[in-house]
Amino acid sequence: MRPLDILGFARDAATGSPVRTLLMTLAMSIGVAAVVLLTALGDGARRYVVDQFSSIGTNLVIVLPGRSQTGGFSPANAVSTTPRDLTIDDAHALLRLASVQRVAPLAVGLSEVALAGRLRETMVLGTTAEYLAVRRMAMGQGRFLPEEDWGRGSPVVVLGAKLRSELFGADNPLGQTVRIGGRRLRVIGVLASAGQSLGMNADEVAIVPVALAQAMFDSNTLFRILIEARGRDAIPAAKRQATALIKTRHDGEEDVTVITQDAVLATFDRVLGALTAGVAGVAAISLAVAGVLVMNVMLVSVAQRTAEIGLLKALGAPAATIRAVFLTEAALLSVAGAVVGYLVGQAGAWAVRTAYPTFPAWPPTWAVVAALGTALSTGVLFGVLPARKAAALEPVAALSKR
Amino acid sequence: MTAPLIELHGIERVFHLGDSEVHALRGLDLRIGAGEYVAVMGPSGSGKSTLLNILGLLDQPNAGHLLLEGRDVTTLSPDEQAAVRSRRIGFVFQSFHLVPRLTAAENIALPMVLAGMAPRERAQRVDKALQEYGLTNRAHHKPNELSGGQRQRVAIARATIMQPALLLADEPTGNLDRATGDEVVRLLEALNATGMTLVVVTHDPALGARAHRRLMMEDGGLKLDTAAAAP
Repeated sequence: MRPLDILGFARDAATGSPVRTLLMTLAMSIGVAAVVLLTALGDGARRYVVDQFSSIGTNLVIVLPGRSQTGGFSPANAVSTTPRDLTIDDAHALLRLASVQRVAPLAVGLSEVALAGRLRETMVLGTTAEYLAVRRMAMGQGRFLPEEDWGRGSPVVVLGAKLRSELFGADNPLGQTVRIGGRRLRVIGVLASAGQSLGMNADEVAIVPVALAQAMFDSNTLFRILIEARGRDAIPAAKRQATALIKTRHDGEEDVTVITQDAVLATFDRVLGALTAGVAGVAAISLAVAGVLVMNVMLVSVAQRTAEIGLLKALGAPAATIRAVFLTEAALLSVAGAVVGYLVGQAGAWAVRTAYPTFPAWPPTWAVVAALGTALSTGVLFGVLPARKAAALEPVAALSKR
Repeated sequence: MTAPLIELHGIERVFHLGDSEVHALRGLDLRIGAGEYVAVMGPSGSGKSTLLNILGLLDQPNAGHLLLEGRDVTTLSPDEQAAVRSRRIGFVFQSFHLVPRLTAAENIALPMVLAGMAPRERAQRVDKALQEYGLTNRAHHKPNELSGGQRQRVAIARATIMQPALLLADEPTGNLDRATGDEVVRLLEALNATGMTLVVVTHDPALGARAHRRLMMEDGGLKLDTAAAAP
């Protein structure tokens, strides 16, 4: 029998019993769609988290006051003294390190912003000119904080995009004066809209020089020191040197925590990657179930078509031809199921992306390839048994059945 | 006497039904010449259908040899037997055995499709057969849209499309009314007249009487062979 004729015969056999074909295609497509959609969600979650962390900045090393240990309670922790504050001088000292490119101190507090009777409570960030570069932020209007002595604190402010529009509406804010924490500050710039980032909306902050912020909140401490290392390779060195330097400055006590963005990222990446693989595994079970269903339905089909198989044998079809016909039919149904499932899965992922634009729900390529491959191979694999059964039928026994 | 197309030597066929053995055929010897028109008759269970199945290589005897055109076909592998069925033997069944999802033309073409014949050649032969059997305007109808007589004509066209030497018919008129049955019998006889060997299994004495040679079977053996009885 010619390959094209086998294909046509199998196609006619499949379309000849539409309900059976539909159910089998449905089972297979649910399996494939499940793999595509679930891995899209899992991988989407991974990418979402990675994107969120990446948006803080690149090659970032962060110094936090206080020693956080993961060793549980120990007597050493109990007797340790209250951590010393991080100061602007600490931050300044870090600039001398060879592996450090930029340093931006960060002081944070809540304050009221007032303009012509309009009052709004907002987060005030005290920092320096380097902050813009360290955080990879962009200006919408005007300019960022001036390059100046960190201890000076000029009476200027840079506004987040949303804060700007709430206070000024359509008016040009540059050069105007707002009151923050009882001080009159000149607006010198507006940040470009950046959206949510790690729960802190960069569009709703007011940024002032770090010395000004400390004076406003009447405190010498820094909330964080952001360090940009000289490159990806310099990150471990920057972390080590920063820890050592602060320790020396704090009378030999290691009372700060230095974290790198890469370590956090890698952990999330691993955890969520494993989660995606796990979800894919669960979905793959549904593919195996679909394969068993293909086998069952094909077995029933062989039983129902015994007379037809007998006829084909009487008309001179060798066993190989009968096998080929039934295997081709199983393969065709699997292909149809896989294609439909792939489209449904992609449509589902698209629907998720449309509903939550910030969530990158794209199925990973490996999952799509694996799903289609598994669908086809299970379909064919589980089609072998029924095909062999059909081919082994005695022609006379098959013919006498109707 | 013409050269034998078929020779049966000591054919035995035993079925096991539970503990008991049923001898469907007991040491059957038979020669059928090329171009003969033979009717196999006898009561139910006399072994006539078993004989037909063995002649058509659909069933294997437990003992004995079947020679087709001088070649022992009982020792062939199943696939070799399939090849012999494909080229040399045509079947006509009581219940037609048409594939319900295929059209009349597709059913007729089926043996050629299975044999791997080129589509052009197939189309030519099918057109010719449709014309000869008066089915041209029914070519694209499915079997359930055809009358009983039309279905059996499709089945005969299918059985003869490979131009076999031997045509086996099992109760070909059993599911048809008298007039349609006569029409089908005349078709089969016309084929016999062209030299095709025709073996018909039937209950119908009228149909049996038309054959040139009658085999009466009983209990798995030949009770009467008109060729042997005649001087």
